[in-house]
Amino acid sequence: MEYGIFTVGDVTTDPTTGRTPTEHERIKATVAIAVKAEEIGLDVFATGEHHNPPFAAPANPPVLLAHLAAKTDRIKLSTSTTLITTNDAVRIAEDYAYLQHLADGRMDLMLGRGNTGPVYPWFGKDIRDGIALAVENYALLHRLWREEDVDWEGRFRTPLQGFTSTPRPLDGTPPFVWHGSIRSPEIAEQAAYYGDGFFSNHIFWPAEHTARMVALYRARFEHYGHGRAEDAIVGLGGQVYLAKNSQDAIAQFRPYFDVAPVYGHGPSLEEYMASTPLSVGSPDQVVEKTLGFREYAGDYRRQLFLVDHSGLPLDTVLHQLDMLGDVVAELRKHDAPALEGSLA
Amino acid sequence: MTRRIVVVSAGLSDPSSTRLLADLLAKETLALLGDAEVEVIELRPLAHALADQLLTGFATGELAAAERAMAQADAVIAVTPVFSASYSGLFKTFFDVLERGTLDGTPVLVAATAGTARHSLVLEHALRPLFSHLQAVVVPTGVFAASEDWGAGGADGALVRRVQRAAGELAALVASRQHTTRPDQFDRDLAALGDFENLLRG
Repeated sequence: MEYGIFTVGDVTTDPTTGRTPTEHERIKATVAIAVKAEEIGLDVFATGEHHNPPFAAPANPPVLLAHLAAKTDRIKLSTSTTLITTNDAVRIAEDYAYLQHLADGRMDLMLGRGNTGPVYPWFGKDIRDGIALAVENYALLHRLWREEDVDWEGRFRTPLQGFTSTPRPLDGTPPFVWHGSIRSPEIAEQAAYYGDGFFSNHIFWPAEHTARMVALYRARFEHYGHGRAEDAIVGLGGQVYLAKNSQDAIAQFRPYFDVAPVYGHGPSLEEYMASTPLSVGSPDQVVEKTLGFREYAGDYRRQLFLVDHSGLPLDTVLHQLDMLGDVVAELRKHDAPALEGSLA
Repeated sequence: MTRRIVVVSAGLSDPSSTRLLADLLAKETLALLGDAEVEVIELRPLAHALADQLLTGFATGELAAAERAMAQADAVIAVTPVFSASYSGLFKTFFDVLERGTLDGTPVLVAATAGTARHSLVLEHALRPLFSHLQAVVVPTGVFAASEDWGAGGADGALVRRVQRAAGELAALVASRQHTTRPDQFDRDLAALGDFENLLRG
């Protein structure tokens, strides 16, 4: 079981001070957060990919992840997500293989479609083709990392003849791939078909959506002959804010929650916690809620937490990570024995 | 087999003429169908949850139960007050947040109330197109009740006859159909997906 954090790199005004970090501050904060994640013993740091304000996440995550590879020694570097729809599969194959070499294999990636309509036309694509783009582009990416001499013709990019993606994957082992989706069964099916990982973002929806997607992925993983359903490679998101006691956690996080970009101005913090995996409370409460995820998702392999969003300042996030380190240490005591060890 | 009639009322006051009209239509439909049960969804208590769903994308609590009831309905009676020459915003919001396909092929009776009969065409220019878009089957007779229909002006029984006619159409439509469970978005996507090789072939 791997534990880590994932970020979307949002540049958001801190509602308690009215201060908005500069892009430079946010980018440097992201680096500090990733370095801290290694210090507190997390296994994974994952970054989003963004092409529009209010985000200062990399447009090409390997730029950030290569920098982090040089600043860290042990933590695995990943994405949340790499856009398989609007990126050229050839560039994904090349850039992530190069990253794999720089990081000595300490990386993987999560593919997602992106749900921001305006982004697609900036790259000559149409959001209505989202599933078709994800299917075709990954079919090409999968081959580029496994075959040296690729002939290719598809709907969405110029044909390839005798193309070799360079560099070749480290030691001939393609980077491990997760496919992320909230509620498109096609993507759970895709992950199952290839025997890749399936990641449910999980954090903005009631658990029943996650449960159905994970159940589908597990059943189809077995159907396609990659192993038993219970051994399918599931990852889940989570979202935490910690304080020594639950009242302080609620009081400290509420001003951020109430105006947060995703759920602000809507339900109360208490209502949102009751219906989603959002976990704001004491370390014991966060441990208990996180352990509850496996009741509907089964034993899973990777848990990523969101901790650095909605305008939370860097010093708060670093303090949160100190507490998260203790939470993860406690969670590890409950890991299912059969799933110990690292992925891929 | 017991049929499920779901009544949606967007009336805001209590008592509400919108609810009154909804009850008349439900009672008449129930009498004609015999073996049926009626569930009434009042939208006023769901107003906050509806605003939340607009922002979060998912329903909670009573609203989630109401949306499940819509997906299971054999017939829907939808009644709104007229606001600014159309259905009320609360009424529209409920149908805005329903998952696509919820009312696919479902018999629907549309009805509206207003202070004046001058708004009666709201049934034809607002409600009927809304439910056509939702791929429901709207019965030919819609029922509009203005203030005068409830008092002495309605003494000739025109409203009652219209209620009977509309309920008769709805009951006949429901009786002619088998109860079928409508699959939700996930199940429809899954059914359309088939094998992954199909997707790969594009």
